Amino acid sequence: MNSMSQSAPLAVGRRRPSWLRLPGRLIPGRSLVASVPTLWLGLFFLIPFAVVLKISLAETAIAVPPYTSLFEWDGAVAALSLNLGNYQFLFEDSLYLDAYLNSIKVAAISTLITLIIAFPMAYVIARATPGRRVVLLSLVILPFWTSFLLRVYAWMGFLKKNGVVNDVLLSLGLIDQPLTMLQTDFAVYIGIIYTYLPFMILPLYSALEKLDDSLLEAAEDLGCRPLQRFWLVVVPLSLPGIVAGSLLVFIPAVGEFVIPALLGSSDTLMIGRVLWDEFFLNRDWPMASAVATMMLLFLVVPIMLLRNGQGRKEEAA
Amino acid sequence: MQLSEYTQQPAPVQAPDDVQAPWRRADAEPFVRIENVSKHFGEFVAVDNVSLDIYQSELFCLLGGSGSGKSTLLRMLAGFETPTSGRILIDGVDISAIPAWKRPVNMMFQSYALFPHLSVADNVAFGLKRDGVPRAEVKKRVAEMLDLVQLGHLGRRKPHQLSGGQRQRAALARALIKRPKLLLLDEPLGALDKKLREETQFELINIQENLGVTFMVVTHDQEEAMTLSTRIGVMNQGEIVQVGEPHDLYEYPQNRFVAEFVGSVNLFEGQVTEDETDFVRIHSPEAGSSFFINHGISCAPGQKVWAAVRPEKIRISRDKPEQADNCLEGTIDEVAYMGSLSVFRVLLPGGRQIRVTKPNMARRFDERLNYRDRVWLSWSGDSCVVLTS
Repeated sequence: MNSMSQSAPLAVGRRRPSWLRLPGRLIPGRSLVASVPTLWLGLFFLIPFAVVLKISLAETAIAVPPYTSLFEWDGAVAALSLNLGNYQFLFEDSLYLDAYLNSIKVAAISTLITLIIAFPMAYVIARATPGRRVVLLSLVILPFWTSFLLRVYAWMGFLKKNGVVNDVLLSLGLIDQPLTMLQTDFAVYIGIIYTYLPFMILPLYSALEKLDDSLLEAAEDLGCRPLQRFWLVVVPLSLPGIVAGSLLVFIPAVGEFVIPALLGSSDTLMIGRVLWDEFFLNRDWPMASAVATMMLLFLVVPIMLLRNGQGRKEEAA
Repeated sequence: MQLSEYTQQPAPVQAPDDVQAPWRRADAEPFVRIENVSKHFGEFVAVDNVSLDIYQSELFCLLGGSGSGKSTLLRMLAGFETPTSGRILIDGVDISAIPAWKRPVNMMFQSYALFPHLSVADNVAFGLKRDGVPRAEVKKRVAEMLDLVQLGHLGRRKPHQLSGGQRQRAALARALIKRPKLLLLDEPLGALDKKLREETQFELINIQENLGVTFMVVTHDQEEAMTLSTRIGVMNQGEIVQVGEPHDLYEYPQNRFVAEFVGSVNLFEGQVTEDETDFVRIHSPEAGSSFFINHGISCAPGQKVWAAVRPEKIRISRDKPEQADNCLEGTIDEVAYMGSLSVFRVLLPGGRQIRVTKPNMARRFDERLNYRDRVWLSWSGDSCVVLTS
């Protein structure tokens, strides 16, 4: 009886009194940490985007900068004129729609091929001994030590008429005539796949590395042939990595400009190049801004998918 | 519950009918035969020429420390490792060349290895679906199996939403649903806390007896092995050191390793001074005394032997016992009070320590033996085992 009456006030005493808990609430540690990236995004993403959105609603003008302003103030009347003509034109001229669709097609095919190439690589790295794993991972990251632009130029050297690939194929007697590889869609695919492969390997690796060996053995034990085991256990469990890697490749590939400009032909219609041309050749800033805004809308959808996927992953973990 | 469907044999032999135990009958056909199996990893010999017969509906335990080769042997039965030499037969069929996914063997993993992306019911159904069992039958059998392991209401949960004990039962259900001829269990109770482990032990035995499936359990926990198994195989450094029923292993260990690994024991090194057909006398310099053991042994005169006495077989008292086969005087060096019993460490005049346990039958503290008390230790001649290796 005695011990019971003693333990009761102790249990209550374990909660901190309200005056002690208050300071903790006043120190905004959490929001302070979050404020830096929020500020960064606001300053360097949202404000520039607002500027681009604003320009996209203006009209071209022979001026500096080369577009009309949305607000007009003639001393007595303020007028706001929004021009949706740029967006209308996006849908009227099939060039833009074709460029969008072609960009998405190129990006989607490249993503798929990248996934197919990256999966076995990531699998081997994840299953390697810890020592070899470090070596293999640094090999994946190693190309980043050279500028992206230089690496694309290197590919030009490889793929051109009297380039390395043709020389080797000719000397082996596999072909009689040098192949035209540079300035084709083929070269664009090669460039995109090569450039974005590490972005696919790394998330896949981090997903596969967590895969418990005993799960694979359990699948085998329960009657899975090796291929079934891959589809039923390995793929579902590495899905977060597949989704993350695919988006990391797909999103920048859609808007890719340098690779199609350097490796592709003038027929390779990609939205990044259209955007460039509108800005620098046509000097039509409002049109270019409209193209950029539409591209963002196209890409927001996959980003939402990624966020959903991550949410589900966290829920499962 | 339709247990009969999972039962492969007419109701398994129950324990009291000891004479029926198949390993004691000369004519019994072993169900699993491990014949001269070795496994080498480069230079390292993980399993060294092991031969073992296991009978239908047995619950056989492989007991050993880490690195003893018990897990490697289990993995060879599952098909995850290939023996370097030797054969494994199950129900008369050599399975050495059959891949893991075709073997009539299932395994319950130490980590349970439940698929995190599938619900409990889908985990259990996984094996049946791979065999192309019709959908309706899968559903029926999964429901039955989940009921059997008392998870009927949790089939739609994901593994991470289960408690440790529930996960263990889900893993058991998944391993049992294909009605394997042999079920392998790798440290089945290792991840559970003590209280849950004791409950689960009996549950596991019940399920095994009801289904009649042959179980092979790997464990490093001798208590777990003793309570679970019909027979235990003690492994050390890749070899099977002794195979026997729990009682045999504990009371009649064949060598020092088994005596020390299974339970605790006091070992005295000594020499045989008298060797008759019905008794031996061993002189042990370290105990400063001779031991009388009332059963004969076969050994050369003068050979080095060990006398082994279990702590609970030694009587401890303040007064010298009037009549005892073996009697030693010493001082209590340490007392560990464990509630149901007390463990004493008694120091002999020669400096040797002896471990003695005594049930705490009296509640009052002052009746108890205490630190620095002078005490007499005694035990009868048949409590002692002579070991020659």
